[in-house]
Amino acid sequence: MANFELIVNGKTHKVDVDPSTPILWVLRDHLNLVGTKFGCGIAQCGACSIHLNGMAVRSCQLSVASVGNGKITTIEGLSENGDHPVQKAWIENDVPQCGYCQSGQIMQAVSFLRSNPNPTDEEIESAMNGNLCRCSTYIRIKKAIKRAVKS
Amino acid sequence: MTKQKTYIGRRAFIKTSILSGGGMMVAFSWLASCNLTTDQVKTLPKEWFKINGFLKIGENGLVTIMSPNPEIGQNIKTSMPMLVAEELDVDWKDVIVEQAPLNTDIFQRQIAGGSNSISSSWMPLRMAGATARFMLIAAAAKKWGVSVSEITTKLGELYHKASGRKLGYGKVASSAAQLKVPKEVDLKETSDFSIIGTSKKNVDGKKIVTGQPLFGLDYKEEGMLIAMLIHPPSFGMKLKSFDASTAKQMPGIIDVFEFNNYKENQSKGSFDLSAHTTQIAVIGNFTWEVIQAKKAVKVEWEESGEVTHEIEGWGGGKKTFPSKLESTQDHLKQMEEMSLIKQKVIRKDGDPERAFKNADRIIERTYTCPFIAHNTMEPMNFFADVTKDFARLVGPIQTPEFMEAAIADRFNLSKDNVDIMMTRMGGGFGRRLYGHFMLEAAVISKKVKSPIKLIYTREDDMTSGTYRPSYHVRYKAAVDKNNNVTAFLVRAGGVQESCLFANRFPAGAIENYLAESWTIKSNITTGAFRAPGSNFIASAEQSFLDELSEFIDKDPMDFRLELFEKAINDPIGKQNDYDASRYAEVLKLVKEKAGWNKQKPGVSRGLAAYFCHKSYVANVVDIVNKDGKQVIDKVYCAVDCGIVVNPDSAKNLIEGGTVDGIGHSMYSQITFKDGTPEQDNFNRYRLIRHSESPKNIEIYFVENNIDPTGLGEPPFPSVMGALANALYKASGKRHYNQPFSVS
Repeated sequence: MANFELIVNGKTHKVDVDPSTPILWVLRDHLNLVGTKFGCGIAQCGACSIHLNGMAVRSCQLSVASVGNGKITTIEGLSENGDHPVQKAWIENDVPQCGYCQSGQIMQAVSFLRSNPNPTDEEIESAMNGNLCRCSTYIRIKKAIKRAVKS
Repeated sequence: MTKQKTYIGRRAFIKTSILSGGGMMVAFSWLASCNLTTDQVKTLPKEWFKINGFLKIGENGLVTIMSPNPEIGQNIKTSMPMLVAEELDVDWKDVIVEQAPLNTDIFQRQIAGGSNSISSSWMPLRMAGATARFMLIAAAAKKWGVSVSEITTKLGELYHKASGRKLGYGKVASSAAQLKVPKEVDLKETSDFSIIGTSKKNVDGKKIVTGQPLFGLDYKEEGMLIAMLIHPPSFGMKLKSFDASTAKQMPGIIDVFEFNNYKENQSKGSFDLSAHTTQIAVIGNFTWEVIQAKKAVKVEWEESGEVTHEIEGWGGGKKTFPSKLESTQDHLKQMEEMSLIKQKVIRKDGDPERAFKNADRIIERTYTCPFIAHNTMEPMNFFADVTKDFARLVGPIQTPEFMEAAIADRFNLSKDNVDIMMTRMGGGFGRRLYGHFMLEAAVISKKVKSPIKLIYTREDDMTSGTYRPSYHVRYKAAVDKNNNVTAFLVRAGGVQESCLFANRFPAGAIENYLAESWTIKSNITTGAFRAPGSNFIASAEQSFLDELSEFIDKDPMDFRLELFEKAINDPIGKQNDYDASRYAEVLKLVKEKAGWNKQKPGVSRGLAAYFCHKSYVANVVDIVNKDGKQVIDKVYCAVDCGIVVNPDSAKNLIEGGTVDGIGHSMYSQITFKDGTPEQDNFNRYRLIRHSESPKNIEIYFVENNIDPTGLGEPPFPSVMGALANALYKASGKRHYNQPFSVS
């Protein structure tokens, strides 16, 4: 066990955990931030996507010891009132079915749009390919991303 | 308006009853607002008045409507309250939705399965709203000293036209709550609907996109421990011994022990059975610590031999798990052998043997599909707090009613001392009909004398069974000199279950028809997977009909429509369980919308139609060649599910079902080697991804006033056949074995 100071959603948190603990479980079990989801544990589904210094990463593969002073953003901290243009576009297109994968989809989409603010359909598909949606809301996710681009 | 009795026999649809509370919760909210921005929602009322078990009204007119059934992504948490709100005649923006706990005294059929939630609640939920509205009117009539017939309602307000008086529902809610439930009520005509048939957004939408705790895996209580399982790696194996001495020393680990899901001589139901009844539980403070400790437990397994369970109730009887360590290659060989011999006749019309003997030509084909895992994105999990006197469980379950009985039996408790609360589910697809994980959580909680949350890893989830069965279908058709189809054989079966529906199309459309069914015993557990049985036979049947139409040189659309004409005008047999006119209607609709008669250069098209869960779906799949790759450019869906309650949400479900059907028929499979599943996570198990999804989906509904039928399952099966037929047009190769990407 070891002590770590983590910057999550603009706040500093202290945790005492094994250095190998993935950020996913630190967020969910220790910081009560359960919006970041557990799906596969091997970076194949994208449900656990968060931002590390603004870039989407799979938190199931990111150990607490490797984060250092990096700034972590989770779905809970993406916007003050859930009004990030991507979140709004998700609601306008009524994207979710079960909803479980959607926080990961949104975190991936936000990060992608920062690097490519005006993507083609193919670029969207390619950037989102690591995020599984078992309800298969892919068509609406693409529409919502395009909607967010417009706003 | 239509008068409806509020009682049928002894059973009351509507009772005035106090709802049980949701237990202690930490940061977990069961309320959802129909309004997505908080500033638009009226301030919460000072007091709620329960009008009946389905709804309560605040003094300020805000209404809470209970959503009785489990939410698995089919969006009934929005559409079920819409039915109540419609008849209550309230403004949807003043509605708050609350997930109801399991309470069979008030609610009926709290099950998510068989695409039945809306169809079976269509009347009860509307009556809940209508009786409440009547009681509000009666209360206002008393207050104003006028007759109830003089009062009208609109958007949560009561009007007395003659005197120009009006009152909000909230102002009479307290007196309405004291009134008796009327013996009969008026229901709206469908033409008067103002909520049903309009698109309402997911009531949990805002919470989902902001990551609020909604799912079972998110549920937490003070003092809760984390539990995980170690189950046999192979079907046909059982625990021999284990050494947890290292694991028990690891940080945060509380205990490691062996346990049995069932007590001795426990009556088991189809819905609580697991292949692995004895497992190892690892208990600790935090998930990661438990995951690590799990790996440190040294386990020895041995072959289990034949295992027999007595199953009670639905799907009951003796269930024998044979002793062999099974492999996919053996299954395929066994299934082929079964399909070559005469099997149990389920339906026979005319004289098929003679017709085949006299045939001018015969076409015969076989089709197979593999096991597939449900793979809900949220792995199996459940919270349990079980003492000797009481069992409290919270989590994702499609069949809380069945599991209440199982839990009560397991711990010798009365059902009154079993409390089950359903969380939003990160997917169901049938997997969460089988609640052995609730029993596991409950047994572990009682043993460690603490509230626990049981969590499956993805590997646990994917390798512990309850798969869609592996199916096999043999079709044979006889054709005369004039290219008329004179006889038809379907011989269908599978490992554990058969996928035959003997009375579905083309039964009823062909003079000489024979349907046979068989099964093979296995120790690999199987269960309902979105549109059970239909989820394969639709693909097989629609592929065969396509090839048959080619065999007799007919357009596949015309051929199907001719068969339906026959079934409409001169049906064979009396047991046909579909409506041939509605079936033909979806075909005609997709024909028109897709422009079936117009050739589209560079587009390879496939057609299919299927009926299941009382709804009808027809698809046209368009494949184009893009940079040397086959791309699904468009899928047309024509759907008849009766009245569409929430159109945009219904379209979402159809889009999802369509992509899901393409994905599973194209990519997914669980194969076995010596009893061991060869896929245990998404690196080896392929699910459809963004780039493989169709580029566009167009959805058209048949407009009618028929009471709503299922929609969760019907969009799934048909498209698989349309895809197979489009792939043939694109490549010249017929696909007989799923997944198509491998065959």
